[in-house]
Amino acid sequence: MEKQKQVITNRVAFLDKKVPFYTSFLGIAGILVLWEIVSRIGIVSPLFLPAPSNIVITGWEMLVSGEIYGNLTASLYRIVLGYAIGAACGILIGLIIGFFRTADAIGTPIVYAIYPIPKIALLPLFILWLGIGELSKVTIIALGVFFPVVINTFSGVKSVDPMLVKAAVTFGSNRINVIRKVILPGALPMIFAGLKLAAGTSLLLLVSAEMIAAQEGIGSMVLHYGNLMITSKLMVGVLILSLLGLIFNRALRWLENKLIPWKE
Amino acid sequence: MSIVIENVEKTFIDSKKKEVTALKDINFTIEEEEFVVLVGPSGCGKSTLLNIVGGLLSPTSGSVYFEGIKESNPNLGIVFQEIALFPWRTVFENVVYGLQERGVSKKQQQEIGNHYIDMVGLTDFKDAYPKQLSGGMKQRAGIARALAVEPDLLLMDEPFSALDAQTRTLMQEELLTIWNRTKLSTLYVTHNIEEAVYLADRVIVLSRHPGQIKEIINIDLPKTGRNDEKYREQSSKYADEIWQLIRHDAEAALKE
Repeated sequence: MEKQKQVITNRVAFLDKKVPFYTSFLGIAGILVLWEIVSRIGIVSPLFLPAPSNIVITGWEMLVSGEIYGNLTASLYRIVLGYAIGAACGILIGLIIGFFRTADAIGTPIVYAIYPIPKIALLPLFILWLGIGELSKVTIIALGVFFPVVINTFSGVKSVDPMLVKAAVTFGSNRINVIRKVILPGALPMIFAGLKLAAGTSLLLLVSAEMIAAQEGIGSMVLHYGNLMITSKLMVGVLILSLLGLIFNRALRWLENKLIPWKE
Repeated sequence: MSIVIENVEKTFIDSKKKEVTALKDINFTIEEEEFVVLVGPSGCGKSTLLNIVGGLLSPTSGSVYFEGIKESNPNLGIVFQEIALFPWRTVFENVVYGLQERGVSKKQQQEIGNHYIDMVGLTDFKDAYPKQLSGGMKQRAGIARALAVEPDLLLMDEPFSALDAQTRTLMQEELLTIWNRTKLSTLYVTHNIEEAVYLADRVIVLSRHPGQIKEIINIDLPKTGRNDEKYREQSSKYADEIWQLIRHDAEAALKE
């Protein structure tokens, strides 16, 4: 009698299916091409939707004229300063309320009471207190960054393995060194999660604040050209914001890989 | 110099708000260059006792102290069951952690660090992060870190219990080799009776509910070569003696 042969194949091969690298570009390229065609043959008026090529050309002209430079530096100044202040305060206070029990009892209710307020609602108040200049805008961004960072830092501190604290103390660390050498590095992955979250928030607040009260800046530029119905210039502003967000995210990811080479 | 554990008692409040005595009337002394092993069934409080001796837990009453020591701040080295290497530090940085905290110079850190890394056989991995190491290698790094501070008392809390049986056997042999070179006063906790007999000068058998010293057994065997044929019979006699002491408690622990 002939023996029956049944080969067993890997039935979950689809789990590690490889996709060629250019696949990710296909979707975006497809949309751009479609968009260009729709605009070129005049299905949609360029007033509502200018062609991508048109946006790029307009963008180049604005770059050469120095218009982008002025607005971009104004925006960058606000977001970089606001983000830096908010992140630094968030990490510091997060570490403190995460580590010291008394600070936790006092600080946590305050943080959670203020956290749910949509920060942009506070802008009129800040303008009243701090004037219409840069300070109120930087403050609102710093505040928006502060909360996601402080909350993530806090839970990062709480998630540090207590064994590591015991080990550090056993080998002679005082409290400050426990925070510096154990709690901070241990909380770093969570801190970065907070920083990434805050990057989106900061961009949102930047644009909102600039639309409400600013002469210069990408946000006010977008609003300005919207009012004038110069859609292609408006789209350049949107494009810059999208690039800004992308660069921000990439920079943070680069920094994370630099600072946390030990991560699983 | 010796370490005295005097009338140590520890009570906990359990989840039902009832008071539970984890340790009671614990009295013993670890002499200089002595290897003492605490052995007992699960839940006998042996890790609790080690944590008290290591200054990571306060006893409810009683005390632990060094006798006949000149330094005001005696050094402790602990090897943890969970290994507890800092994941963000390389093997070398982990090993010299205690030296850094004592303000030892960079040059001496290098010297001492390399010496102990070499002793545990991790020279090729000194710049690796813990995630890149196997379980046995991690624990060797943990041992090097504890030895590097040249402790007055070395504490080891079931250091090999997370390792597979083969690695564990090798690590036990290696530990004895290292111990013979350093001769540190050592308190070692395990639930493994063969391990206790293999390593100890003295075995302290704990019972449970409450954790009390049931018996202290001197192991009258030469420190090296206990695995040899000629000592095998005596070794198993000791192991059997300890097992008879623990057996009842271990069975009770199983039923909980």
